[in-house]
Amino acid sequence: MDAHATPAASVRHGPPTGPMRWLTTTNHKDIGTLYLWFAATMFLIGGLMAMLIRAELFQPGLQIVQPELFNQLTTLHGLIMIFGVIMPAFTGFANWQVPLMIGAPDMAFPRMNNWSFWLLPVAGGLLVGSMLLPGGGVAGGWTMYPPLFLQGGISYDLTIFAIHIMGASSIMGAINIATTILNMRAPGMTLMRMPLFVWTWLITAYLLIAVMPVLAGAVTMLLTDRNFGTHFFSAAGGGDPVMFQHIFWFFGHPEVYILILPAFGIISTVIPTFSRKPLFGYASMVYATASIAILSFMVWAHHMFTVGMPAAAQLFFMYATLLIAVPTGVKVFNWVATMWQGSISFETAMLFAIAFVCLFTIGGFSGLVLAMAPVDIQLHDTYYVVAHFHYVLVTGALFSIFAGIYYWLPKWTGHRVDETWGRWHFWLSAISVNLLFFPMHFLGLAGMPRRIPDYALQFADFNRIASIGGFVFGASQILLLIVILKCIRGGEKAPARAWEGAEGLEWTVASPAPYHTFVQPPEVK
Amino acid sequence: MPRPRAIGAFIAAWLSLSAPLVRADWRLNLPAPKSEMAARIYDIHTLILLVCLAIFVVVFGAMFYALFRHRKSAGHAARHFHENTSVEVIWTVIPFLILIGMAWPATKAVLDQKDTANPDLTVKVTGYQWKWEYDYLQDGVKFMSVLATPREQIENKAAKGKNYLLEVDEPLVVPVGKKVRILLTSNDVIHAWWVQELGVKQDAIPGFIRDTWFRADEIGTYRGQCAELCGKDHGFMPIVVEVKSEADYQAWLAGRKARLALAAADADKVFGVDELKARGEKIYAANCAACHQADGKGLPGVFPGLAGSRVATGPAAAHIDLVLRGKDGTAMAAYKDQLNDADLAAVLTYERTAWGNAADAVQPAHVKARRD
Amino acid sequence: MSTHTGGYYLPEPSHWPIVGSLAMLCGALGATLLIHGVTGGGWLLTAGGGALAVMLFGWFGRVIHESQSGYHNRQVDISFRWGMGWFIFSEVMFFAAFFGALFYGRAIAVPDLAGGDEARLLWPGYTGGWPTAGPGLEAAFTPMAPWGIPALNTLLLLSSGVTVTWAHWGLKRGRRGQLNLGLALTVALGLAFLGFQSYEYLHAYRDLGLTLGAGIYGATFFMLTGFHGLHVTIGSLMLMVILGRGLAGHFRPERHFAFEAVSWYWHFVDVVWLLLFFFVYWL
Ligand code: HEA
Ligand code: HEA
Ligand code: HEC
Ligand code: CUA
Ligand SMILES: [Cu+2]
Repeated sequence: MDAHATPAASVRHGPPTGPMRWLTTTNHKDIGTLYLWFAATMFLIGGLMAMLIRAELFQPGLQIVQPELFNQLTTLHGLIMIFGVIMPAFTGFANWQVPLMIGAPDMAFPRMNNWSFWLLPVAGGLLVGSMLLPGGGVAGGWTMYPPLFLQGGISYDLTIFAIHIMGASSIMGAINIATTILNMRAPGMTLMRMPLFVWTWLITAYLLIAVMPVLAGAVTMLLTDRNFGTHFFSAAGGGDPVMFQHIFWFFGHPEVYILILPAFGIISTVIPTFSRKPLFGYASMVYATASIAILSFMVWAHHMFTVGMPAAAQLFFMYATLLIAVPTGVKVFNWVATMWQGSISFETAMLFAIAFVCLFTIGGFSGLVLAMAPVDIQLHDTYYVVAHFHYVLVTGALFSIFAGIYYWLPKWTGHRVDETWGRWHFWLSAISVNLLFFPMHFLGLAGMPRRIPDYALQFADFNRIASIGGFVFGASQILLLIVILKCIRGGEKAPARAWEGAEGLEWTVASPAPYHTFVQPPEVK
Repeated sequence: MPRPRAIGAFIAAWLSLSAPLVRADWRLNLPAPKSEMAARIYDIHTLILLVCLAIFVVVFGAMFYALFRHRKSAGHAARHFHENTSVEVIWTVIPFLILIGMAWPATKAVLDQKDTANPDLTVKVTGYQWKWEYDYLQDGVKFMSVLATPREQIENKAAKGKNYLLEVDEPLVVPVGKKVRILLTSNDVIHAWWVQELGVKQDAIPGFIRDTWFRADEIGTYRGQCAELCGKDHGFMPIVVEVKSEADYQAWLAGRKARLALAAADADKVFGVDELKARGEKIYAANCAACHQADGKGLPGVFPGLAGSRVATGPAAAHIDLVLRGKDGTAMAAYKDQLNDADLAAVLTYERTAWGNAADAVQPAHVKARRD
Repeated sequence: MSTHTGGYYLPEPSHWPIVGSLAMLCGALGATLLIHGVTGGGWLLTAGGGALAVMLFGWFGRVIHESQSGYHNRQVDISFRWGMGWFIFSEVMFFAAFFGALFYGRAIAVPDLAGGDEARLLWPGYTGGWPTAGPGLEAAFTPMAPWGIPALNTLLLLSSGVTVTWAHWGLKRGRRGQLNLGLALTVALGLAFLGFQSYEYLHAYRDLGLTLGAGIYGATFFMLTGFHGLHVTIGSLMLMVILGRGLAGHFRPERHFAFEAVSWYWHFVDVVWLLLFFFVYWL
């Protein structure tokens, strides 16, 4: 099969050089790289904002940021981490890996692929830049609830447009990925033979195409309510602020699965490799992913248990939310069963994957606690929720991204990862992240609301611990940066199959993967 | 109900290695419930926690066993099975049954939480940026409740008091053992009224009324906070509920009514300018300084300064109108229902004469004349 | 030339996407500044819009050229089909948000405001019903009657669905005249629709007091019909391009996906209109 790996003689042009290469590229690997570096940059920005938040919350009283700025930091931290870090990073993985995994020469629409990417820095720039405008950046929370969002100044309108642009980017990216998967698989690769990562991205793409337009509609209504005299969200005109929440969460809940399904895909790739054993229950993994996606459209109002819905609605959304634990549980059990009776080794990628399974489940369990409507009455908008979503987002989505980086870096750079530095990065991250987010459960239970710059004295201890954990966790990410840079610049050469237990088409091409791969489709038997 | 004390203690011990302790006040769980509903929530939470803990131990017990025993470095060779329909069915069905078991008590609690019928007392609560208004509908008593923690404590210029950020000037007062129905609404943005020990949290939606209820079991003071992001001072709008015996409650109510009568008399008086300024300064501090700042300079780009403001130094009529009616689409609220004529006259006079402003004073009668 | 040797056509590096991104940057900045009355905002918005138009023109021109040069094999054709299908699905979801607002406002928000504690404590005297401008606005307006222009417009759009299908039959049977006539008729019907809709808007603002600001009814009315009108405009433009290409003899009976994509889009716009007519005007 290695015949496909050498840059095909038929390729008559190399890439243009210099900045124009990156600005005009139509190559899925280049674009994947761009996405990943964009995500890393935004991670630094969003992370620095989190460091400021943690510094302000280090002790009671107002020390370094005033309340207005604090709210801006919280809001932009949330928006940047979700739309600027996790989503672009997963799209970067999809760009690099999907064509390699299904044996396609590139994405279905290579030019549009470039546009999807280059819209992101525009959106990100507008978002971050809006902090410099008079009145400061958006401060209404990443959820943008009116009427608070209607009160803000010029940066709020800029944010709305940034979200439009970002949405357009996501929709185009998702259409591209879905089409690539559906139409460009190598001969013989039936749907049920696709690597699980490809499956999870197909379903994610579907979710994206279904809900990003809804978000666009929601923020468009905010825009007209703010500037053009409509009354969608104002009772005086027969509208309803709660209506925004329904529309937003109709997007927002599927969105959180957009943030986790590709993670499931990565983990389902890494664990079998280092257990040297095929994934347990492939078919049930596929069905579970699909069930999660379908259920995700029916649970949105679990974010709104305190808005005062009728009891019947509360019960419906409570039951539907609980139901999601079943397919997610199937996944967790399958991962454990994959490790069972394996021949397990503990490379950094595997360490992050193991931590993912364990810590994501903690996040899932706190999700279940929140799904119980009466309990959510106590915990809604407290640090318990903050703890929940950081467990699923940081030790979930972000850890899967780390695992994926360690796993595929040899394929991308042609060099083996420095496992020693990687292990340091892992252990420091895994310990400090728990120090950072576990005490937030206690804070929430004890009654600390979220989105506050200052707090009552009984919350001081755990906040201090969380802040220290946060600083260590943030600093540990410098190690990741070092590992990546080291790996790009040199190191032991990686063979085509960089990991002993790795399976799949991407390991049949050379490391680093040549600029053009699978120009002639491989045959999958 | 047992709570996982051992785990809490373990975690606390582990964490304490890395952080200097401020106070040895490790609150690991919901506070002790002070109403029947809060107690039920406490129990449901404990139940789920234990179920999850048990599942966690089983699943990750198995995982860590495999990680240890089935290591490559221990020479374990992989066995290549990858499917088993019966286990897959089992681990789909069992979680489903567990979930049903968890949903049962929660369902009953939801239904009871929603049952606001037959209250003994109804209070209408209105959220404002950033204070609460309590209106005892049956008794005509109505007042504002504002954060009482002094600015100096927040800015670290004074030692923080015991109830730092959880104290108000005028708490909500209710009788013990009575079903209190809360009708919630808001004047500007969404707030949420939350008192944890009583087991209530409900969003206050502008333009709509939402209701909830509680029945306090014990006499005492219960503290909560606004739980929905509502702008700059969201962290500074606490809720305090004082639960009194029926007799104390009645006495409090009578005192309140007497104060109301006194205030009504003010509306027709003519005040001296200094008297108005002194009274206005207090009202300004409580109602306006959050945005326009104590020094009248505002926050550039967000809240206009009033020192030298064209409105605050211009004709009184326009100034009165702006404060009475607020400005639509901005954070500037209408104060006509929040402050009485005398208070408005006082705060307007203060604005017109403080920070170097030198405009004429405003009397209650002026305000009254512009009311509609 | 490019790497289409393996079968699948892979375009070479292109500057159009980055032009498009810069256009969006100018557009977003310009629109924001314009809304806030900052001088130069309008110009920036125009520049962004212009650049976007140039980009679309250049980009699609390039795709058409590639198609005419025979680079698009069967698999590329299928990609286009999937792509267009997903795109239309995303459009459906965009409209769903606004339909959701209409249903929610009508079935939940307004009855809530007119019933129970709201009517007693906050909005005395408000009786709800539909259409309504809500309890707190002075706006008095007359709702749009369904059986005048809207019914006529329904007729126009439905016939345009027929003409475009008729054109497709012509194309498939190699009858160029039928293709071009059908397309021309479709464009004409689309433009007529837009003309009537503009008149309807004028009428609403001038005579009926029905504006964007007329509460939830006005807001949903104009946002739904407005976005639909925008889509008719885009669809008409696309049809004109297709007509031009038809006149230039671009399509072949067995391969003409560009035509089909536009007709899919046009049918989608048609279906949305039917829903609009039913839920916005009639019910
Ligand atoms: C990656 C993102 C992600 C993921 C995967 C999840 C997963 C889940 N979430 Fe989470 N959630 C968020 C991101 C995410 N969430 C965010 C960002 C917010 C806050 C938004 C904001 O307000 O800003 C939020 C908020 C949020 C709330 C609202 C809280 C509030 O504001 O009051 C609720 C309530 O129901 C909830 C529930 C759940 C549930 C039940 C799951 C389930 O999918 C979890 C399922 C997993 C498991 C249960 C573990 C594994 C299962 C087993 C081992 C099987 C056996 C188990 C049993 C039978 C018990 N989430
Ligand atoms: C995936 C999403 C994500 C991620 C990764 C994080 C990461 C972190 N978050 Fe997150 N957070 C959210 C999503 C996320 N958060 C959301 C959605 C909200 C809600 C917002 C709202 O309420 O509206 C929130 C809110 C939120 C709050 C609550 C604020 C409030 O309610 O007022 C806090 C408080 O502690 C917090 C802390 C942190 C910390 C300390 C990290 C740390 O993990 C960050 C550490 C990272 C760094 C310090 C960067 C280091 C980077 C480098 C050194 C460069 C490395 C280079 C390469 C990787 C190549 N976050
Ligand atoms: C929640 C924040 C907030 C509070 C509290 C508040 N204001 Fe304002 N106020 C504003 C904002 C915002 C504006 C600017 C409105 C605009 O855009 O024109 C404003 C404008 C004004 C102006 C006009 C200033 C000018 O030069 O245009 C006056 C006078 C004023 N407020 C008086 C008061 C008084 C008196 C109080 C208290 C009784 C008060 N405000 C409380 C936010 C607030
Ligand atoms: Cu009021 Cu938060
Ligand atoms: Cu959710």
